[in-house]
Amino acid sequence: MSAAMLELINVSKTFFPGTVNERKALRNVSLSLKSGDFVTVIGSNGAGKTSLFNAICGTFFVDSGKILLGGKDITDMPDYKRAVSIGRLFQDPMKGTAPHLTIEENLALAYGNRGGRHFFAVNRKNRAKFKEMLAALELGLENRMTTQIGLLSGGQRQAVALLMATISEPKLLLLDEHTAALDPATAKKVLEITVSIVEKTKTPTLMITHDIRAALEVGTRTIMMDEGRIILDIEGEERKNMTIEKLLQLYSKESKKQLLNDRMLFEIEKQ
Amino acid sequence: MSLIILGELQTGMIYALMAAGLYVTFRILDIPDLTVEGSFTLGMTVTVMITSAGYPELALLIAIAAGACAGLVTAFLQTKVKIQPILSGIITMTALYSVNMQIMGGKPNISLYSAGADTIFIKFERLTGLSANNSKLLLISLIVAAVIALLILFFKTRVGLKIRATGDNEEMVRSSSINADLTKCLGFAIGNASVALSGGLLCQYQQYADINYAVGMVVVGLASIIIGEAFFGRRSVTIGFISVVVGSTAYRFIIALALQVKLFDPYWLKFISAVIVVIALSLPVLKTYFQKLFARLKNERGNA
Repeated sequence: MSAAMLELINVSKTFFPGTVNERKALRNVSLSLKSGDFVTVIGSNGAGKTSLFNAICGTFFVDSGKILLGGKDITDMPDYKRAVSIGRLFQDPMKGTAPHLTIEENLALAYGNRGGRHFFAVNRKNRAKFKEMLAALELGLENRMTTQIGLLSGGQRQAVALLMATISEPKLLLLDEHTAALDPATAKKVLEITVSIVEKTKTPTLMITHDIRAALEVGTRTIMMDEGRIILDIEGEERKNMTIEKLLQLYSKESKKQLLNDRMLFEIEKQ
Repeated sequence: MSLIILGELQTGMIYALMAAGLYVTFRILDIPDLTVEGSFTLGMTVTVMITSAGYPELALLIAIAAGACAGLVTAFLQTKVKIQPILSGIITMTALYSVNMQIMGGKPNISLYSAGADTIFIKFERLTGLSANNSKLLLISLIVAAVIALLILFFKTRVGLKIRATGDNEEMVRSSSINADLTKCLGFAIGNASVALSGGLLCQYQQYADINYAVGMVVVGLASIIIGEAFFGRRSVTIGFISVVVGSTAYRFIIALALQVKLFDPYWLKFISAVIVVIALSLPVLKTYFQKLFARLKNERGNA
């Protein structure tokens, strides 16, 4: 497939226009993703990374420009209709799962009626599929399918949320710092799971991260944002030869300021 | 005495359907629904009119539909007009008072007994040839078991799961492809349908309907839910619905016992119910308070 799965054409969004709080969240953003693209997104706070995701998901409607998903214009489509074809994960593990439902019920919720029409949401057929998927996580969750999800750790919840986001075979996967709230070991594990799922399903993916090293190591392509613009878009050889130092230099040249915020600095020093 | 036990068992199970309806909104959707006082009476008034016209079974079906409509009105006010949940319930409940009076032709109460109308209980007694009390108990048990089983099964289906998820993590549901407004409407319709059926059954059981019968009914329902949870804990919906039946029956027995030993005059009933609910709802706060207190005492003892 060479056709673009996701296409943003000159998308702009301004919050509180005409007031003192006016903020240009997105300025003429154009971006094209094809099947198999795994794009990491970096940028300082307020660069427009989350705004980009919100625009794609329809959390707000954009002021100008066009958004196409799988060739279909979704610019004016309400968020819950887009949600059918977009999987999204947040930083907070609590956001992606229903705590009082069991693991299998949460998965069944996301799976919908793809396993055929059954009277019960959780049935013998999709339970077998869930078990297999959970086993692939290697977290031992396949033996705890009737446990309420609220009883799991943050990392386990996020791993299940990741399954839920991808089980419906979305056209696009959006990961918004989904490992940021986890401890380093768990974060690493969840990132590994992410990579294996994305590589297997070839779902076009955008992943926001504050970990610059991971941004360059994981995925196939990296974009950098600043003040609502995409200021860098690298892949292939160029990306392979990129180092953190060069990236930081490039950033200050492009934006005339420092990319590093405290959190990024902390991540780099830690490594 | 055994007659009293039988009577309490019968009414307790009829009220269980009201408590089960409240359980749908209060526990599953996590929204306190005050429509219940209106929809219970709506079930009564609809039933009393259609039963006096000679159609007791149809009366209950219409009562269920009417209750569902009442629930839909409240859900509409909440989701589309964006009125606060509690206020939407109060608005519907208040409006239903006039509707209920209109249904009963402006009379505050109507007796089925004086009209000599057949109820499903009288018909069933004739059919089975059992004694009045036994046939009543059997019929009520059958109806309650059927309704509770239906509710349990429904909340395991795909649609039922969506309703449960809406009450559990609305933000997640809103960012998924589920229409949260629709699932809320469904939950309210089902809950109030069950409440209205309870009102309709009670009307035929007692052979009268009264416009003020359901005053304080929400608190009675909450007390039943909470007493049930005291026995079973808060677990899956299946156990939840069963515990509501147990809780509602236990509530009747507790009240009957208290009245038997003349602990208080009957008009204190609502006060007692309110106290039960307050105690139960304050348990989490009390628990953390005492945990802190014990931890401090332990520390002080350790330091001394």
